[in-house]
Amino acid sequence: MSNSSCFHCGDPCGKNEIIFQEKNFCCHGCKTVFEIFSENDLTCYYDLEQSPGAQPSDIQGKFNFLDDDIIKEKLLEFKDDNLEIVSLNIPHIHCSSCIWILENLHKLKSDIVFSQVDFGKKTLRIHYNTAHYSLKDLVILLSSIGYEPNINLENFNAKNQKIDRQIYYKLGIAGFAFGNIMFLSFPEYFDVDEFWLETYKPLFRWLMFFFSLPVVFYAARDFFVSAFNGLKAKLLNIDVPIALGILVLFLRSTVDIMFDLGSGFFDSLSGLVFFLLVGKFFQAKTYNFLSFERDYKSYFPMAVTKLTKSNEEIPVQVYDVKKGDRLIIRNQELIPVDGVLINGIAKLDYSFVTGESKTVNKVSGDKIYSGAKQTSGVIEMEAIKSVEQSYLTQLWSNDVFKEKKTKRFTSLTNRISKHFTLTILIIAFLATAYWLIVDPSLALNVFTAVLIIACPCAIALSAPFTFGNLLRIYGKSKFYLKNAEVIERMASIDTIIFDKTGTLTSNNSGTVKYEGSILNAEEKILLTNTLRGSNHPLSRTLYDLIDKKNLISLDYFEENIGHGLTGTYHHDAVKIGSANYVGYKKDSPKLNTSVHVSTNNEYKGKFTFYNTYRKGVSQLFRVLKKHYDLVILSGDNQGDLENLKKILPSKTKFIFNQKPEDKLDYIKYHQSEGAQVMMIGDGLNDAGALAQSDVGIAISENINVFSPACDAIMDASQLIKLDKYIKASKSSIKIIKWSFLLSFLYNIIGLYFAVTGQLEPVVAAILMPLSSISIVVFTTIATQFVGRALELKPE
Amino acid sequence: MSVIYVLLAVSIIVAVVFFVAFVIAIKKGQYDDSYTPSIRMLFEDEIVKEQPKKIRTTKKD
Repeated sequence: MSNSSCFHCGDPCGKNEIIFQEKNFCCHGCKTVFEIFSENDLTCYYDLEQSPGAQPSDIQGKFNFLDDDIIKEKLLEFKDDNLEIVSLNIPHIHCSSCIWILENLHKLKSDIVFSQVDFGKKTLRIHYNTAHYSLKDLVILLSSIGYEPNINLENFNAKNQKIDRQIYYKLGIAGFAFGNIMFLSFPEYFDVDEFWLETYKPLFRWLMFFFSLPVVFYAARDFFVSAFNGLKAKLLNIDVPIALGILVLFLRSTVDIMFDLGSGFFDSLSGLVFFLLVGKFFQAKTYNFLSFERDYKSYFPMAVTKLTKSNEEIPVQVYDVKKGDRLIIRNQELIPVDGVLINGIAKLDYSFVTGESKTVNKVSGDKIYSGAKQTSGVIEMEAIKSVEQSYLTQLWSNDVFKEKKTKRFTSLTNRISKHFTLTILIIAFLATAYWLIVDPSLALNVFTAVLIIACPCAIALSAPFTFGNLLRIYGKSKFYLKNAEVIERMASIDTIIFDKTGTLTSNNSGTVKYEGSILNAEEKILLTNTLRGSNHPLSRTLYDLIDKKNLISLDYFEENIGHGLTGTYHHDAVKIGSANYVGYKKDSPKLNTSVHVSTNNEYKGKFTFYNTYRKGVSQLFRVLKKHYDLVILSGDNQGDLENLKKILPSKTKFIFNQKPEDKLDYIKYHQSEGAQVMMIGDGLNDAGALAQSDVGIAISENINVFSPACDAIMDASQLIKLDKYIKASKSSIKIIKWSFLLSFLYNIIGLYFAVTGQLEPVVAAILMPLSSISIVVFTTIATQFVGRALELKPE
Repeated sequence: MSVIYVLLAVSIIVAVVFFVAFVIAIKKGQYDDSYTPSIRMLFEDEIVKEQPKKIRTTKKD
């Protein structure tokens, strides 16, 4: 064995190392990809990045459904007689080599006219000639070079999705108008009675008026809509004073220039809208390559193979599978509906559903549930339910998936805004009343001036810039939030609920404990060599964990699938497997996965598999318990309870045997008692709980691959930093409060000018950008400081 | 004196031309993916560099 890593994919080569052209490869797949590339002068692929590739997976027959015209139609973006355009999602896109090879596909196959990668979204858009080429050929080509596209039920209606580019248009218009209006209003700032200025004043003013029209009626539309919706729901949200400010600015300015009372506030107006839109744009940081809205559709295939009455295999759309249909499930394919196994041996991997990676064996006649992945050979099953009614998919009919979390939560800004708006209105009316007595001619001027200067631009910008910044800092350390609002909710939680399997435990490793009479040296050798012959996941795990000395070839070896192994060497025989298989009757109720061993028909003992918990979990719980209620909510049995009690603080609650709906209900109940719940889970079985909780965080070993609908996706290695993330979110709330204070200060200065009736356009034009920019600078520096102080940045 | 009208008209037309160019750029999707082009830009050199190298190696053989 050597320690070299594969030239193509970077995995350790191990014992099956292949050396080709002085380069090491871990398998034939990788070598083949290298051959394809070197034959086509594409080895530049390996110059850009080291070992950028992926092992090509076995896809035999997997994409047969792409021959079906109706299914194909759903995927294609464009189609005419000899050209088709398709966009495919390819999860493996991860580096510049990927972009390079995928954009040079035409060198591999001349039928491909054009291909373009969108790195952020991990999609590849391909134009190809259909004369000698088909979508299926294309997908097979991509798979053969390690870029297997992800085609699932979600693509089903993906066509004609419009990209929302409104924010760009609005920003463009506001910025354009802001700049031009600034130029036009500049001469009047100095207010010298100069002859030419007086002559052209009306022209300049009316030009400003026309520039401001699209700003008010197009760019600022969202603020009016939001304010209107807020008022309709009897809420004084932050957009109410903003919309009021914009409206008053526009009306007052128009009246001013109409009756030649002044030059108007068009500069402030367009600047205000521009800055607010910049804030919106900044906060709307999204992670294109992640999806926070996923449901089962992202994991389910578009089509499965159906067996007709005449034993013909035809691809059929998953939605069209009816009760009683016979389906063929190949290796690595997902079972889309609940059914009964008819033929073949099913080794089902339910890790999509539960996060548990050990496979489950089923024999014909057993009921199998949707969501499992077949991991060996071909099986035949009969559907007993349709997709929507299957056990797993039913969860999504729960109402919690229809309602948006935003509705349950009033943001800090909006809470402040309520008091702020009322205060401003009171000041405005008091000041107006005063001036009505003293000098009625100034009253209207003062009233509008108060509303203009109090327009809470700086307040409205505090939260977007603080949260937007923190969102980026989080993102850099592999904690991806759906939107900025999540930070605010995160700061107010008081209960943290953890899933166990896959969240606290790591999927990749386990420990094994042996109980029973001690095995002698010969028995050990026999055991090792028997295990070596088996491909069962438990055998593999066990084999990896024990000493591998004295490798011999056995006289006899037999594997009874679903039961166990038998191995003989000279006069000794060993049986490894289930309690029944080895002839052990007194087995206690099974809580943990265990493998029993007997030699020469004499029972020896059992190996019990324990989950290993992620490093630092114990430490994390100890830190968190001071401020939060901690709960473990697991779908598993109690087998690990003792183990867990040892490493977690005694205050922690343990609840086992929870079905997906139970988890959801548990959280709902606690919320009704007033708890603010954070749920941390990983599998689809947590999907309901994640949606119901105030903050649902999905833990993922590989953020590109899998996560159910949630508010945030966290790289598994970052779980131990959870306390720091929460602390940072709390600090950000403090930052926002300080910047509110800062903007109140500006408001007081502005109000002094307004109330005393001396608000000149130039004062507004200075004060408004000054307050906005200083808030942006303050929040940016402060959040950077928070990020650094908590060591959230990767080293 | 009416030269100011000409100047104003010209300056606004220039501004509007740039604004229209910006809108067209958005429409064409230039702002949809702001990351990939930054990498793609660097490939042009790689390919040019690679080709002469290839020819040389084949000659040696």
